[in-house]
Amino acid sequence: MIAIQIENLTKDYPVGFWRKRQVRALDGLNLTVEAGETFGFLGPNGAGKTTTLKLLMRLIHPTSGHAEILGRSFTDVSVHQQLGYLPENPFFYDYLTAEEFLNYSARLFDLPAQSIPSKVTALLDVVGLPAARRLQLRKFSKGMLQRIGIAQALINDPEVVFLDEPMSGLDPIGRREIRELILELRRQGKTVFFSSHILPDVEALCDRVAILYAGKLLGCGRLDELVPQETGSMELMVGHFNETLRNELQAIGKEISMAGNLLRVTLADQGALFRAVEAVHRRGAHVIRILPGKESFEDYFVKLFAPPGGSARAKPL
Amino acid sequence: MTKILAIAQNTFKEAIRDKILYSLILFALLMIGSSILLGMISINIETKVTIDVGLSAMSVIGAVMAVFIGINLVHKEIDKKTLYSILSKPIHRTQFILGKFLGLGFTLLVNLVIMAVGLVGVLMFISRGTGGIHSSLFIAVFLIFLQLLLITGIALVFSSFSTPALSAMFTLALYFIGQFNADIRHFGTAANSLAIQSVTTSLYYLLPNFGNFNVIAGVSHGRPIAWTLLGYDLIYSIAYLFILLSASAVIFGRRDLK
Ligand SMILES: Nc1ncnc2c1ncn2[C@@H]1O[C@H](COP(=O)(O)OP(=O)(O)OP(=O)(O)O)[C@@H](O)[C@H]1O
Ligand SMILES: [Mg+2]
Repeated sequence: MIAIQIENLTKDYPVGFWRKRQVRALDGLNLTVEAGETFGFLGPNGAGKTTTLKLLMRLIHPTSGHAEILGRSFTDVSVHQQLGYLPENPFFYDYLTAEEFLNYSARLFDLPAQSIPSKVTALLDVVGLPAARRLQLRKFSKGMLQRIGIAQALINDPEVVFLDEPMSGLDPIGRREIRELILELRRQGKTVFFSSHILPDVEALCDRVAILYAGKLLGCGRLDELVPQETGSMELMVGHFNETLRNELQAIGKEISMAGNLLRVTLADQGALFRAVEAVHRRGAHVIRILPGKESFEDYFVKLFAPPGGSARAKPL
Repeated sequence: MTKILAIAQNTFKEAIRDKILYSLILFALLMIGSSILLGMISINIETKVTIDVGLSAMSVIGAVMAVFIGINLVHKEIDKKTLYSILSKPIHRTQFILGKFLGLGFTLLVNLVIMAVGLVGVLMFISRGTGGIHSSLFIAVFLIFLQLLLITGIALVFSSFSTPALSAMFTLALYFIGQFNADIRHFGTAANSLAIQSVTTSLYYLLPNFGNFNVIAGVSHGRPIAWTLLGYDLIYSIAYLFILLSASAVIFGRRDLK
């Protein structure tokens, strides 16, 4: 079954105060997400991810195109009964307490009144905010707001959940918790559609991803199909090294620098990595960590698809 | 309907947690209180002055509240992006507008009742009994309430597409014009030119007309309010509010949240 079907979705924003020009933020997006999938929506800043989600949530109106969610038009108010949405950098009524806000959210879904208190309690637990129940949202930290935002997105036990950068503003523990939460939603058979910049999360969670760039879809599919497996550089952190090893690594590595009392060596590919590790071993130094290189996944896609010198930002028409 | 009520309740909650309201009410009560002092200077007519000053204070303070909460009603929520998590839920934008309107209407009603209780208290204090208090006093308060609802409706229309500053200007302008609307028509009739006359007549019907709501002078002189006037004002308010709310629902419905 298809959960989300986006057809030719296009959005132009008017810009400029006096002479209105149009900027195309989303350009003929076509996308299909199966029910039960965890789907990652990637793209550099300004690519149009938030715009897509706002369109699907009816917060802005499309210039052209259409979308169906759970087999019904996204403009059909009733279909939103089965959806959850976490806005980007969520803002909520700061005069409400966490509990009041979730109550209010529940009432907007017309949930039966007697079911609300237990739901609110359970959700505050899930997002790790049981102690903040009676705290006004104005006193919340950024990460706490993000958590309450996730709670309100799940209050109606939605079939399809849209999350706009769910990990942003969270500490490492929070990120792990949200990861667990998304995995739990997947186990329950829910469809999760989320945008993110945090690639390890995307790799760990997503069945499929779509890459958006300057409002256009660059690619869509399974990660291992999209990204050649041996891609990218590696970073090797070395401890207990001496000058000889340093010189040797300098020759193998692309870049070499100090990080505290560790040596950071950037290696172009697997071959270089093996040679470097071998040298470290031979000289009796320590391999402290091997990290994926600074070049991200998005960089990879941008390099792969984008015209040279092009900008990821929306272009004026 | 439960959704509209939930939005209305939340709007009311926001208003009562906003401290500006309390200062406005306090200010109104002070004005009513100070009318006692005025009343003492002019012996015998103190009831009349108190009613006059009291009702006027309620009307003006109420209008200020209606304008300033009304213009912010929608705009603030768009600006602070609190609407993202609300309008993405199964809510029609019309339901949102209605909920906001009801919430503010109820807030204004509560404030008027508090001020009215203050006024009645003062009157009882002056006349050592319920002598100066007639039913027309309460009808006058009700007419003030209808007027405030109209102002709220106007503010809501402007705030669904314009900035708060401009909305405040337009709404206040219409409020003042509305007070003298009948004069515009008389001016047209007097002008003896068909062109001017048709312009002023259409303005008369287009712009809000608050003239028929203002019964303060009559009430303070102890004159009763005609039932026909009350009925007329009621029907007029309902019709005008229907137009205003439909307009803001349509405008707001088409709008992109930024
Ligand atoms: N209200 C608006 N008015 C004009 N242009 C806008 C508006 N909102 C977004 N844009 C433009 O649309 C494009 C896409 O923005 P969008 O917020 O969808 O990007 P994004 O992919 O979510 O980026 P990020 O990763 O930074 O959140 C950008 O070029 C942005 O400048
Ligand atoms: Mg975004």
